[in-house]
Amino acid sequence: MTAALRFDPIRLPPECVKLREEVRAFLAEEIAAGTFDPHRPNREDTDVPEFSRRVGAKGWLGMTWPKKYGGHERSFLERYVVTEEMRVANAPTRRFFVADRQSGPVLIKYAPEHIKMDILPRICRGEICFAIGMSEPNSGSDLFAAKTRATKTDGGWLINGTKIWTSSAHIADYMIAIFRTSPPTKENRRHGLTQFLVKMKQPGIQVNPIGQITGQFEFNEVVFTDHFIPDDHVLGEIDGAWKQATSELAYERSGPERFLETYYVLTELVRAVGRNPDTRGAEGIGRLVAQLHTMRRMSVSVAGMLQAGREPVVEASIVKDIGTIWEQALPHRVRDLAAFVDADVSNHETLDKQLDFATKTAPKLTIQGGTTEVLRGIIARGLGLR
Amino acid sequence: MAENDNIVAETAEKIFADLADAQTINHDKQGNWKTPLWSALADAGLPLSWVPEDCNGSGASLSDGFSVLSSAGRFAIAVPLAETMLAGWLLAQARIASPDGAMTVAPAGPRDRITLDADGTLSGRARGVPFAREAAHLAVLAHGSNGWSIALVDIRSSRIESGLNLGSDNSSTVTFDKTKPLAVKPAPKGFDQNSLLLMGCVARSLQIAGALESMLDISVRYSNERVAFEKKISKFQAVQHNLAKLAGETAAAMAAATSAADTIVHATSFDDAVFLEAASAKIRCAEAAEKGAAIAHQVDGAIGFTIEHILHRYTLRALAWRDDFGNESHWAVELGKMVAARGADELWPLVASR
Repeated sequence: MTAALRFDPIRLPPECVKLREEVRAFLAEEIAAGTFDPHRPNREDTDVPEFSRRVGAKGWLGMTWPKKYGGHERSFLERYVVTEEMRVANAPTRRFFVADRQSGPVLIKYAPEHIKMDILPRICRGEICFAIGMSEPNSGSDLFAAKTRATKTDGGWLINGTKIWTSSAHIADYMIAIFRTSPPTKENRRHGLTQFLVKMKQPGIQVNPIGQITGQFEFNEVVFTDHFIPDDHVLGEIDGAWKQATSELAYERSGPERFLETYYVLTELVRAVGRNPDTRGAEGIGRLVAQLHTMRRMSVSVAGMLQAGREPVVEASIVKDIGTIWEQALPHRVRDLAAFVDADVSNHETLDKQLDFATKTAPKLTIQGGTTEVLRGIIARGLGLR
Repeated sequence: MAENDNIVAETAEKIFADLADAQTINHDKQGNWKTPLWSALADAGLPLSWVPEDCNGSGASLSDGFSVLSSAGRFAIAVPLAETMLAGWLLAQARIASPDGAMTVAPAGPRDRITLDADGTLSGRARGVPFAREAAHLAVLAHGSNGWSIALVDIRSSRIESGLNLGSDNSSTVTFDKTKPLAVKPAPKGFDQNSLLLMGCVARSLQIAGALESMLDISVRYSNERVAFEKKISKFQAVQHNLAKLAGETAAAMAAATSAADTIVHATSFDDAVFLEAASAKIRCAEAAEKGAAIAHQVDGAIGFTIEHILHRYTLRALAWRDDFGNESHWAVELGKMVAARGADELWPLVASR
């Protein structure tokens, strides 16, 4: 066969059942205490520092990391359960989500020991927030066009340039960013970029908020002017950031957050149609549930492969491609099916408000974290077409 | 299905490769390939994979049998292998020994019902029964005053109106009119028409996923050979993205089908978990068949639309298999009803339980 795609029927191990119950109980308590409202995904307060610390205290941050860094040495599949339960509950995970998913693992792989000992335990305690500095005004999907310069100076580097669309930069304590340390070579246009750990809220860094069509201000422009980064904040090989990106992407692209971002409208639709839906409502819901179930099984399968030490880059890209297109279309399909819902049902207003927000959120889903076009390029490469 | 140390599936794969080469079959207008293929499969005990040895079968595991069906899908096998396996499995539920030769099952859809009358005879009509014309016996699930029963019927004692499915394989209407079965026994407690149909759904889902793997393989290879506008068409981004979508549909079908098969392997009854998995697999694989077949034909262009080309062996069968044992519309309604009846707050726990 040309393509050796693998999606083994991985099941979550028994320890996940108990963990899931713990997470649900914890979230129910938080909801009861008024920390967040699971029916209001469009709230402004997506950064809740106290919630973040309580999640850390539960041992649910850095779950897979070594204990000496504050981690808990549990499996990716256990982390998967925590992630999906938080996502489905619309819990305010903004403060810790990026750090836990990808910044921490990058530090574990490439940061010097004293930095790991300093920062990782604070991520695990839910104290600090990370941003990812990839895109620039003239470099989005084409990562290797990045121009923000890191110039060698005594004891470190001086940074000049602009990152953009940087989620959470306004609240972040750190950013992991790529900067240009050398020009690209004729043989390798990916050469010349280096990954750095940036301490935010320092001189030479200005964060300008950018409004989104949802009405939220989640992403930012980050301007660097002679910002100094010490030598020990270089992550990995100088000029060799391109070699470090691939395995990170498999984690970033296959998780439950890649198809559950608008899930709440499906729950609300099921509530609205009631216990005895008509044929049209039943068929529509049945198809959506079958599609959701299938994507989750694909996503769990990739999590199982990651746990087994494999790098399923193509499979992960497929999960994000199919998953984000599904969650993008979901509010529109739910709108179709809600057209004949009785106007007097008690949750009509909730559903309408949710649909409004989900529909406005939808366009970003196939852009953030790797566009559909980039993903299909990766899949095509995996198929032997490029 | 995963390529593991599965000797049964390897045996099947080898027989298919030797005796069911798509190119050869496609050029054999007389159908001379059928007899040697069936003999080899029967000699290897594959049609009765799911029948215990004391019921005249080869006693392979459910899991081994499912792997055979994935492989059969990849080769778009057009003999009643899946049907005989299902029939043997159904008969074994009631400890009825399987006869040698090809079999099929009735009913093969949710709208037909066969009745077992007080005098021990069968009545009713089953439409879209796959390969009925090529089978010697039927395994029948019938409803009577004492609940569900399983019966073995000589095909000659029923009336067959022959037809063809989209893939030009036999698909017939079988009528029972006071038909006396060769054997009849009660079905196990809890076993009903949905049990049979869901098992059929998983079989067809695996076959569709297998056919999609071959569609992807054929289309990728062709795109790397065919030159247009002075370059291989695989170098055009539009073609690459279409093939990436085909890979996605193939992946979704494989994941859904193997997950459902794995669920039945580990299930003790046809419970909600089996229902969710098997119904979802049939729905998602049918959707993948539609999208995937369209892309494969688009990539393969006019040559892929010819009867001489092998592509239709996979695309048309995958589309035809959507209709067997309840189509995706039927199962979507059933799944939607189940989800609604459990209530909104039970949807996520249901999905997360798998």
